[in-house]
Amino acid sequence: MSSLNQVLITENQPIGSQAFLLKFKRTFTFKPGQIIGITTQKDIAPRLYSICSGSDDSTISILYTVKEDGVITPKLSELKISDTIWITEPQGKFTNKGEPAWWIATGTGIAPFYSMMQSGQKPLKLIHGGRTIADLYFHQQFKAFSDYIKCCSQDSGEGIFAGRLTSYLDGFDTLPQNLNYYLCGSAEMVVDVRNLLIKKGVEYHQIITEIYF
Amino acid sequence: MNKLTLFGKTLAELKDICTQLGLPGFAGKQIAQWLYQKEVVSIIEMTNLSFKSRELLDQKYEVGLQPPINVQVSTDGTKKYLFNAKGGNFIETALMPDNDRKTVCVSSQVGCKMGCLFCMTARQGFQSNLTAGEILNQYRSIPEWAEITNLVYMGMGEPFDNIDEVLKSLEILTSDWGYALSPKRITVSTIGIIPGMKTFLEKSNCHLAVSMHTPFEDERKKLMPIEQVYSLEEVIKHISAFDFGLQRRVSFEYIMFKDVNDTPRHVKELTRLLNGLRCRINLIRFHPIPDSPLQGSDDETIINFRDTLNRKGILTTLRASRGQDIYAACGLLSTKELVKKQERDY
Repeated sequence: MSSLNQVLITENQPIGSQAFLLKFKRTFTFKPGQIIGITTQKDIAPRLYSICSGSDDSTISILYTVKEDGVITPKLSELKISDTIWITEPQGKFTNKGEPAWWIATGTGIAPFYSMMQSGQKPLKLIHGGRTIADLYFHQQFKAFSDYIKCCSQDSGEGIFAGRLTSYLDGFDTLPQNLNYYLCGSAEMVVDVRNLLIKKGVEYHQIITEIYF
Repeated sequence: MNKLTLFGKTLAELKDICTQLGLPGFAGKQIAQWLYQKEVVSIIEMTNLSFKSRELLDQKYEVGLQPPINVQVSTDGTKKYLFNAKGGNFIETALMPDNDRKTVCVSSQVGCKMGCLFCMTARQGFQSNLTAGEILNQYRSIPEWAEITNLVYMGMGEPFDNIDEVLKSLEILTSDWGYALSPKRITVSTIGIIPGMKTFLEKSNCHLAVSMHTPFEDERKKLMPIEQVYSLEEVIKHISAFDFGLQRRVSFEYIMFKDVNDTPRHVKELTRLLNGLRCRINLIRFHPIPDSPLQGSDDETIINFRDTLNRKGILTTLRASRGQDIYAACGLLSTKELVKKQERDY
């Protein structure tokens, strides 16, 4: 882990059903899809979060949900404007080189893809899963994509695929072979989707995964 | 009211408990000896504590050992134990006898977050971290525990994603007041979570094993998502900078996948990458898991791979496959038990 730098929070707002969007001034360059370590105290080991903002934005945004038994997120959620946190340098290689791709995400796993979108990248298809529409963070902004699929396991309505994103994918007899599949979310989702893609004929080396731990 | 568990507490934690209950300070060490050096299973058996002290302890605490709920026995003598874990989940422990050596392979988490392509545990996702007591229970509660010569943290879960509890369990295993095992008989395996690995190297003297599986970044990313975050190159840089001394060992685990990581190109890159590092490579045969796109290399390829690396000065061994008839690879048994119960949120 790289050394820690102190930054001032400029915003820390609830978003969607259970997440927060934390912002602070950008003082470094990064590639969309990268992560940084964040801690509320220098003597607590930082936890890793995907950067959610665009690479040219003046602020860095972090999308997080509060884990009741977590060390960092309960404290993060209580922070106000001008409070300080400690951050590491950006790291990580879950970056898109501009090749044709489908992006697949659930929960806060949407963050790296939002960063990519805000940086001018777009996928051939974005498949976004959650329990309800309120769990699909930034879904209004993603409407700009020509092929944006919203999958809700416990919600329905116009423009929503009523079911899990694995059910949506399972509806394809075959899947495109000449592109990469970027997956981000919980380990369960990533592993389930990866297995499904492989069953549908996608080569495992076309699947690029980021797992939250 | 459910009682709290004493088993798995460090000496410092036991002393804290004694202070809170108004017991004398030396009682902490006495309890540690009862828990880890004398084979008691209940507080009432701790007879050098006063009756009043035992009563006070018993109101709130229990020893807390949990026997396995199932065992499978392989034709080669390997045994696979299944234990209950929190939330109706299960963990697995393997016992591998080999001549005068008996190695127990313990789990450190229920499930795993790391999502490695070749791992069955990954398919059940992550349920919870194990406490130090739950980790040590896998050692202490199997019938053969007194005969165990070696422990490896290579079961379900990533030990350095649960570093605090893993370190506590290692402290209990290796301390004079605990099981007093030599740290040279214990190996902890990681996929390369660097912060946890650094803490482990500084705070423990046990051996380190790193799951490598390919020396190439692009290939490793596809097999092991952790490569996106902590690259093998960085892991090796940290290991190279650490003084392991003469006794402590670092090894690299390398599962052999047919036509994926078993070519001369891989031998060449392994030789370059590990040049000058005092280490060994453990080659492991891959036994396919259901619906896996990966296949195991054939024996001739594996043996050639091993011999070529040895000729190039990289100490390389081939791990004997154990317990194939009972699916001894981690995760197979508990995943089968779990998979039908799971609900998904997406």
